[in-house]
Amino acid sequence: MTKKRQLLLAIAIFVWVVACKQITEHVTPKAPNDDEILDGPVEGLSSVEKQQFLAGDVAFNGEVFFSGNGLGPYFVATSCGSCHAGDGKGHPFTTLTRFGQSDTLGNKYLNLGGPQLQNRAISGFDPEWIPVGASFSQFTPPANTGLGFLEALTDAQILMNADPNDLDGDGISGRPNYVNAPSYFLPQPYHQQRGGKYIGRFGKKAAAIDLLHQTANAYQQDMGITSDFNPYEPAMNGMAYPYFDNVPDPEVPATTVHNVVFYLRTLKAPIQRSQSDADVLAGKQLFMNIKCGSCHIPQWTTPSTNINALSGKTFFPYTDLLLHDMGSGLDDGYTEGTALTSEWRTPPLWGLGLSMNSQGRNYFLMHDGRATSIRQAIELHGGEAENSKGQFMNLSESDKAKLIKFLESL
Amino acid sequence: MKQVLILFFALIQYSAFAQIDSTLFKRVEKRDTTLKLNMDAVYNRPFLQVGKVPVAFGGYVEANSNYMVTDGVTEGLSFQMRRLTLFVSSSIGRRIKFLSELEFEDGTKEINIEFAAVDIEFHPLVNLRGGVIMNPIGAFNQNHDGPKWEFIDRPISATTIIPSTWSNVGFGLWGKYSKNNWAFAYEAYLTNGFDDRIINNAENRTWLPASKTNPERFEESFNGVPLTTLKSALKHRKIGEIGLSWMGGVYNKFEEDGLVLDKRRRVDLFAIDFNTFVKKKTYFNGEWVWAFVDVPETFSQQFGNKQKGAFLDIVHPILRRTILGFEKAVLNVALRLEYADYNVGTFRETDGDIRDDIYAVVPGISFRPYPQTVIRANYRYHWQTDILGNPASKTAGFQFGFSSYF
Repeated sequence: MTKKRQLLLAIAIFVWVVACKQITEHVTPKAPNDDEILDGPVEGLSSVEKQQFLAGDVAFNGEVFFSGNGLGPYFVATSCGSCHAGDGKGHPFTTLTRFGQSDTLGNKYLNLGGPQLQNRAISGFDPEWIPVGASFSQFTPPANTGLGFLEALTDAQILMNADPNDLDGDGISGRPNYVNAPSYFLPQPYHQQRGGKYIGRFGKKAAAIDLLHQTANAYQQDMGITSDFNPYEPAMNGMAYPYFDNVPDPEVPATTVHNVVFYLRTLKAPIQRSQSDADVLAGKQLFMNIKCGSCHIPQWTTPSTNINALSGKTFFPYTDLLLHDMGSGLDDGYTEGTALTSEWRTPPLWGLGLSMNSQGRNYFLMHDGRATSIRQAIELHGGEAENSKGQFMNLSESDKAKLIKFLESL
Repeated sequence: MKQVLILFFALIQYSAFAQIDSTLFKRVEKRDTTLKLNMDAVYNRPFLQVGKVPVAFGGYVEANSNYMVTDGVTEGLSFQMRRLTLFVSSSIGRRIKFLSELEFEDGTKEINIEFAAVDIEFHPLVNLRGGVIMNPIGAFNQNHDGPKWEFIDRPISATTIIPSTWSNVGFGLWGKYSKNNWAFAYEAYLTNGFDDRIINNAENRTWLPASKTNPERFEESFNGVPLTTLKSALKHRKIGEIGLSWMGGVYNKFEEDGLVLDKRRRVDLFAIDFNTFVKKKTYFNGEWVWAFVDVPETFSQQFGNKQKGAFLDIVHPILRRTILGFEKAVLNVALRLEYADYNVGTFRETDGDIRDDIYAVVPGISFRPYPQTVIRANYRYHWQTDILGNPASKTAGFQFGFSSYF
């Protein structure tokens, strides 16, 4: 090759490298705005905390279970991420079914596989079925975002909004669900015990006290994965000789569960979009005027916690974490803990407008996904929410649209 | 394995010294002038012969750089040693020959015998082939050498639905008939097959390549039922080649020690491949595949019972002359369009479409200083949608690399 050609080649390579660098920014996908996605950590984590967040992210979104590493044999989903795509609300595909408890006295079908139905099974096994006569309800997976802020609240803060006997006469009661704690539960100074039970704050019926309780149960009940916290495989409809697979128990170590709990604790809170939009502001005012905010309490502030990034933060979940009677239309006849069958925990509304990005470009709202639009979800409210729903129905179409636009901005 | 490598490199070393004497080290001339089909790819490679030893050697190497961005996040620039493949062929007699292909992928992460078979010719239309065989499903699985392609990544559907390179122990018959401008060929093999990893894997989807991780598949069949692969191909010198292929068998362990564990569950793949030149210049090469897997009803719909995918490569030479001192060098522009749908169907719960698919557009340029060597630059953009059909994750970036026979 002549010197001229060598020079030409060198120039071509140099131009290629420079061009690639310059062009890359314009021809590669941009990161979505922070307010368009639910995943990502809270701001202010330390380097060590970021590493634990990443480890939890990998376990939550990357680890898939199959029979070779312990899946099932009875299960609902094959990974955490299968139910919570992008850390958002789930899809009816992974809706789970709970059965067997129809009053506050406890689940009478624990010996027949209650409370959770494992509706799928690995090859060669038959899945569980709902025993004859057992009441049941279906729960669509909730979003994961901002859970650490909710966990950081004290029981005293939650109880401040409780009004079980409706002493203020506003038609809205609100009471905590006191549930039995699992053996591994370590009460914190901010937990308050009543009759050996603790306030639940996670789950449709607020039956999980903290994120470790929620996570350890999900590993066992959703995926059939044993851990140090729940070392036994779920037994098929409570059969006397449960199946043991060839994977040594625990199938996930405690560190993995703790990493996932840390990940869930430190996922950022959803960021409201279009906050200064006039319709959104008007919609928020209407939301408060018709008393939606009595249960969907907009604003909270965390006390000091062991994660600095979560301490002393004001956040906007739109929930009171309490149980409310939602009327006969939403009464499936099934319950958990000390909740009545018609009572449901107020679901946080933050992230509502991004639900379509995790539910396959559709809405599947309410506890079982029966509402396919925000408007329909409002119209399904009853019981303590009957009055607010009535006021919503009486709004002009324009005002209804503003209120819905506000909810979509969350 | 080490001994094989030492022997191979010792011979290369010997041949390197021998290059002083051109009678000891020479390129094997191709005597077969019949119309070449995809099925001929295994022997249609450059080989070096050492002296008069009836053994010839060859191989190819592929390496590239990679800079990809997914939804604004990048892992930065990586350099990848995709594969180093070594061939050894031998003519045992005039009508008996042997060829083996040993591949090192991603450094030494995967070491595979991709092909190691003896061919015995009874008649041009009746050849017996036995050993480790590349199942003739589609075209890419048999004709996959890096230097033959203008793209750095292998086609998605040909590597994730058809698990190229997919080879198994077995035997069968093949034959080829060519006359004037026409060639017809068939292949029919029985081999070991898939196992239940295809629906029992960490990919969280029906994933036929998972069976490649079974180290025992070259030793015994997972369930005692052979995998059948049939292919026929027709080529006209001026029109092009079309191939139709089917591969099917039972993938699960339905019986153990005489006890029936499950029903027999099948996996079947159908493929159509074609290639042609338009106006003797622009090359079109495509492959379509459909996979059908009997997934237990009680298992998760996360694992699809139907998959489909395709790719179409278009390659057009824009310069064919001496370039940078390389005589008869060629500069091509190329475009690949491809997709793979890993879960064709609807959710039982909502009747909505199940997604889990990927679409990609890959424009590129390639420079061939010699026909056996390609230097290529690709830009890749792909859209990957999860099973629920949520907004697609977008990945794009540049790749630069080379591949060459040696």
